[in-house]
Amino acid sequence: MRLSIDHRTRYSFSQPQARVVQLLRMTPQDDGAQSVINWSIDVDCDARLSKGRDGYGNITTMLYVDGPVDHVEIMVRGEVATDAYAGLVSGTLETLPPVLFLRQTALTRADAAIQDFANSVCGAVSSPHRRAETLNVALFERLGLRAGRSPKTRTAAEAFTQGGASTRDAAQVMIAAARAAGLPARFVSGHCLDGPNAGNHKTAHCWVEVFVEGTGWIGFDPSMGRHPGETYVRVAIGLDASDSTPLSGTRMGGGIEELDVAVHVEAGQDQ
Amino acid sequence: MNGAFDEIRGFPGDTAGRPEFAPLTHWLETMPRAELERRQQAAEAMFRQLGITFAVYGDAEADERIIPFDIVPRILTAREWTRLSAGLEQRVFAINAFLDDIYGARRILADKVIPEELALCNPQFRPEVAGAHPPHNIWAHICGIDLVRTGPDDFWVLEDNARTPSGVSYMLEDREAMIRLCPELFQMFRVMPVDSYTDLLHQTMQRAAPVSAGGNPVCVILTPGHYNSAYYEHSFLADTIGVELVEPADLEVDDDRVWMRTITGRVKVDVIYRRIDDDFLDPLFFRPDSLLGVPGLMAAYRAGHVSIINAPGTGVADDKAIYSYMPEIVRYYSGSDPILPNVETWRCREPDALQYTLDNLEKLVVKLVDGSGGYGMLVGPTSSNAEIEKFRAILLAEPHRYIAQPTLALSTVPTLVEQGVAPRHVDFRPYVLTQPDGVKLVPGGLTRVALKEGSLVVNSSQGGGTKDSFILADEGAVSC
Repeated sequence: MRLSIDHRTRYSFSQPQARVVQLLRMTPQDDGAQSVINWSIDVDCDARLSKGRDGYGNITTMLYVDGPVDHVEIMVRGEVATDAYAGLVSGTLETLPPVLFLRQTALTRADAAIQDFANSVCGAVSSPHRRAETLNVALFERLGLRAGRSPKTRTAAEAFTQGGASTRDAAQVMIAAARAAGLPARFVSGHCLDGPNAGNHKTAHCWVEVFVEGTGWIGFDPSMGRHPGETYVRVAIGLDASDSTPLSGTRMGGGIEELDVAVHVEAGQDQ
Repeated sequence: MNGAFDEIRGFPGDTAGRPEFAPLTHWLETMPRAELERRQQAAEAMFRQLGITFAVYGDAEADERIIPFDIVPRILTAREWTRLSAGLEQRVFAINAFLDDIYGARRILADKVIPEELALCNPQFRPEVAGAHPPHNIWAHICGIDLVRTGPDDFWVLEDNARTPSGVSYMLEDREAMIRLCPELFQMFRVMPVDSYTDLLHQTMQRAAPVSAGGNPVCVILTPGHYNSAYYEHSFLADTIGVELVEPADLEVDDDRVWMRTITGRVKVDVIYRRIDDDFLDPLFFRPDSLLGVPGLMAAYRAGHVSIINAPGTGVADDKAIYSYMPEIVRYYSGSDPILPNVETWRCREPDALQYTLDNLEKLVVKLVDGSGGYGMLVGPTSSNAEIEKFRAILLAEPHRYIAQPTLALSTVPTLVEQGVAPRHVDFRPYVLTQPDGVKLVPGGLTRVALKEGSLVVNSSQGGGTKDSFILADEGAVSC
């Protein structure tokens, strides 16, 4: 399927800023299931952009804007051809061994409730692959998914107890539960054409990959209770949401900022 | 202290003391106590005047203190130093090889020398710097290796400080004070000078620069600010070397290059000797909640436009869990047995070690691998039976989280205390620099002394003091 993406992020500042520095992880790479036909990042102000890679192998773009600046708008446009696949990840740049993704982070620590949940769901299942499948479906059924962005950054444990999970919450709970069950798991950010927020055109999405010995990394989308497929564009990975986030920024100056994100993923004509 | 080796007087019962240091013993015995005290006070007054102070957190009454200085030096002979420096060179070479490997090809994990999970799930392993290539593959340019001693030839590595080791200003200032106040000791002994340290440090910084920096790289020292307990040292080093001392707000990153803001415009920075923890280097990559740091610094670093001393991520080499594998790590990269041994460590994750630990709890110190500040720790010899039994249950529940070590009879050095001159336990931290052509050492280091009788705690925050450390050009005193 040929997907065309048009993603705009606009930061408005209540007072002009002396400088803005942002780190973007917004550029997808070719892998066994997707090939990037074209991709561009543009900014509506005078800025210097430079490309690099982070430790996970994600493509990063640094954005340096001189002040005074009262807003920054970032436009990401591109086309990606995707294959139908059942979640098995292939052809990706792997810079770190799967064991790393057993590590607990502040956002994905499994508390007793998540630990119990993981035990009760996977306790009787011996195959690692089946364990991940079972967790994915059980979490999809258990977490009442709430459309839109999370009101604030929650840990996996908080989201699991409080419910009303965003896609980010669902992914982080899945990661916490999978690691508690002894499975390396990582956060994936990207785009999804038919995700839970697709109706209002805000279709930035996130999901999870779980490592199964002998098979490899397998994608799971606990927000949808399925594997990612040809409607997904994989962009960045990390231990949790914080180190795979599409955009993080710092600014020098007072006031508050307002964020407006619009992501459009459209299916182009099939190849 | 019973049975401890005294570095000047020898083992208990050696009434004559070590003959090679006899003039020092004589000096101590004939010098009037009031004169020793006068000189010690003069040294402390000098330190206060210079501003060699440190802040004690949560101590409103005396927010600026000096670390107590002891007028009696500790002495190492040329032969002792030669062996120590060979051991330090080997160990620091291995630390750098390990860091370059663990963030690169990870051969040591593939060869199963250390468990993969122990290294990669260690919070000190920073995925953010995986694949980074610091110039000349040097990661830990400055190491402070903490050594303890139990006998004439028995030195042990207690800890490898490969992040931002401090205290080198005391090595230099203690020597200044001794030369001024006890010149006669420098006639008695041929003491190797330490004052070339700052030149060597400057050279280390310059030679760490990216190739693109050209012949005259701009180096700075990055401090968290004047409220940091080691601020004196940061400003002392910057002044002595002649480089700018900057705070994070003085730097900015633009187009993946680091710039220092000055009154006359901005200046490109090539090398940053940072005295700030990894977590606070760059809020975009490490701690998003941190207000400290230089946004974009990691991008500039990864792009190879700036060198950071020590490189981000070096904490994985001095972590407690990794420490117990240092003998294997040294052997793996240097191809020979470690010259300097570790303090024997039983990893309770291994069944035999666990059994040994359980059988000898009353003799051992048992520590959490990821703990600090004495939390979750058992000191066998000073614990009651009930405490030992309680700890046994905790250890059995989660053995993989613990290591055990023997309690060592640390060496002592005569020290001026209220009751006169008495033995006090010491440790030793030499500063080991790494340049493209190898490891560089000045003959010296920081000797810390536990001023309380019998105490093994030498930390300045716990009332420890410092002494000058004489490294001799020969095997003992020149005359007498």
